[in-house]
Amino acid sequence: MSDPIKMYPSKPQKVYFYATCLVDLFYPEAGMAGVQLLEREGIEVIFPEKQTCCGQPAYSSGFNDQAREVILPQLGLFPEDYPVVVPSGSCAGMMRKHYPELFAGTPQQSQAEALAGRTWELTDFLLRVCNLRLEDQGQPVKVAMHTSCSARREMGIAEVGPALLQQLDQVELVEQARPAECCGFGGTFAVRHEEISGAMVQDKAEALAAAGAEEFVTTDCGCLMNIAGYSEKQQLPLKGEHILSFLWKRLQAADKAPVNAGGKV
Amino acid sequence: MSQHQEAVQEFHPRVHAALQDSQIRNNFRKAMDGLMGKRQQAFADWDLEGLRDLGAAVRLRALSRLPELLEELEANLTRQGVRVHWAENGDQACEIIRDICQARDAKKVIKGKSMVSEEMELNAYLEEAGIEALESDLGEYLVQLAEETPSHIIMPAIHKNTDEISALMHEKTGTQPSRDVAYLTASARQQLREKFMQADVGVSGVNFAVAETGTLCLVENEGNGRLTTTTPSCHIAVTGIEKVVEKLEDVTPLLALLTRSATGQHVTTYVNMISGPRKEEEKDGPEEVHLVLVDSGRSSIYQDEELLDTLRCIRCGACMNHCPVYTRVGGHAYGTTYPGPIGKILMPHLLGLDKTRDLPSASTLCGACGEVCPVKIPIPKLLQRLRKEAVDGDSLRPSVVSGHGVKRRFLEVLAWKGWAKMHAHAGFYRLGTRMMTSLRGLMPSKLGGWTRYRTPPRIASKSFQQMMREHAQKSNAGGRS
Repeated sequence: MSDPIKMYPSKPQKVYFYATCLVDLFYPEAGMAGVQLLEREGIEVIFPEKQTCCGQPAYSSGFNDQAREVILPQLGLFPEDYPVVVPSGSCAGMMRKHYPELFAGTPQQSQAEALAGRTWELTDFLLRVCNLRLEDQGQPVKVAMHTSCSARREMGIAEVGPALLQQLDQVELVEQARPAECCGFGGTFAVRHEEISGAMVQDKAEALAAAGAEEFVTTDCGCLMNIAGYSEKQQLPLKGEHILSFLWKRLQAADKAPVNAGGKV
Repeated sequence: MSQHQEAVQEFHPRVHAALQDSQIRNNFRKAMDGLMGKRQQAFADWDLEGLRDLGAAVRLRALSRLPELLEELEANLTRQGVRVHWAENGDQACEIIRDICQARDAKKVIKGKSMVSEEMELNAYLEEAGIEALESDLGEYLVQLAEETPSHIIMPAIHKNTDEISALMHEKTGTQPSRDVAYLTASARQQLREKFMQADVGVSGVNFAVAETGTLCLVENEGNGRLTTTTPSCHIAVTGIEKVVEKLEDVTPLLALLTRSATGQHVTTYVNMISGPRKEEEKDGPEEVHLVLVDSGRSSIYQDEELLDTLRCIRCGACMNHCPVYTRVGGHAYGTTYPGPIGKILMPHLLGLDKTRDLPSASTLCGACGEVCPVKIPIPKLLQRLRKEAVDGDSLRPSVVSGHGVKRRFLEVLAWKGWAKMHAHAGFYRLGTRMMTSLRGLMPSKLGGWTRYRTPPRIASKSFQQMMREHAQKSNAGGRS
């Protein structure tokens, strides 16, 4: 009954990219960094334009009908057997773990299961499938990693972010107190239970700052928006960035402007 | 409905009060950090995943045959001289216990720790019938002195620190104010020891009821459980119907999981195995033993294949020890007998979703509870299920939990329907993101609870879709040159 052992595919020539709605609207540079890291590995990135949101906000609020309504037209966007990579632990978790449950007993069951089976969180895919190797071009910096709860527990990839960061010579990885504790985002939880969420993000941001990190990086835009938003409002000396943006920037020579690092975090 | 149950609905004000109370926050943080560390150490040399799989399998096997096993348990216990009673709900169970007491003209009841008795509010019921019920577990004793309810299912007084306990005992029992835990414990022990000798009836809970052998297992650390079940001439055990297991050997993995998950102990100081009243040649033990089996909504949970997993629980409390929400707000904020993650998935069945409406949503679904559950209850999945039940959100799977639909509100339904239309049609969605990126300057600076603690999220000047289109054009141009 333990989770089955993950069977990684061999490195493919092509992947589908599922950007997620938070990347699309708030952190496009993280998505672009992911695309460029994949292309650097010689992988062709296919971006089906009709994608929107993975359906998680409705699903985690109990509105399964609306989640299915949003997912249904997207199930057919990935017709070939290429891996689907997602720059988010929680959206990848939604697709991998919850699509099969949502569509169980419907005509789309096997389609949902097939999609779930080839969905990967992007940093996991880069490390384990592409065997990504990074040469650090950046200045020395102290960084802490916040692995999202879905990345950690649903996708089982807690070790991936630190393993990637440790490849960077100039990056000192510091560990915050209680690294496995949730940051308090939880989607609509942050609004429905704002006070509990506020107490949780306070503890998380303070732990990251207390660890001596100048910057934290994370697998998920929800956590990023939450922790960085708190840190900014309270004027803590702590910046936040999506791990993909961070990794991509570290690969660029210091005098060269990072490509497409558009939006500010 | 009791006052206690009505109060469940007032979740938000309780949370607010708890979060403002730095004493509560410190007490829980410190205690939960300690318990998490102890659990981790206790399992250090074990194949924890293998053991959890085994624990889950044992519980699932028992639940798959629950009705038969209960009958087998009853037959074996009856043969061994234990009288078995069935109660449909808490009130019935209270009545049964009161009747047993009255038949024996009992006026004083001593109690071992039992969460089911908390659930049915037995103490208050007996008091109304003129029967004094005294808690003998140290934590429960303190909670009773303070006229409170337990804030944790294993450590009922965990919300109090030593100073608060010292002040309470000084006020209620006249002990000297002291920070010396040994002194305070010895004082309570002295006070309780006399009560054991005076008690007419002992009431205890049950950790596992073994069907095959008719054995009631009870774990505890203070010896109060053994005194409760052996000193008075009558022992009444009370338990939920889900606590039954098939065979004696099933107890081994469950016990190993229970004590390590709960307190980080390899085994508790006392493990009691009770199979009947005192026999003729025996020197101690009660002359009469009863078992009260309480349903209280459990058989309706049993009807649903998915919700059934709720009944696997062995009440170790690890889910609350690891819960970031419980750690922040403490047990009393929930307003329910069982707080924390297990409370959120169990109490809606015992009280109805209408009375527990804010509990299923009070989780980030971070999964820490499910990760440590010794019998692998998929707690986050059950929380999602209850959220769905609360809003009647799935037309393919009608709601079944009592009080379902309580959170289905016109405006929220409308909002999700609008959200779905926008995201189910790529054209609408693209139009939406285009508008938002070009009008991002108009984004409000205040967004309710979000901006009370954080800056508002910043919409990018170009969406990822736009960037990708430009990226593709650039690559194509590059390819041609």
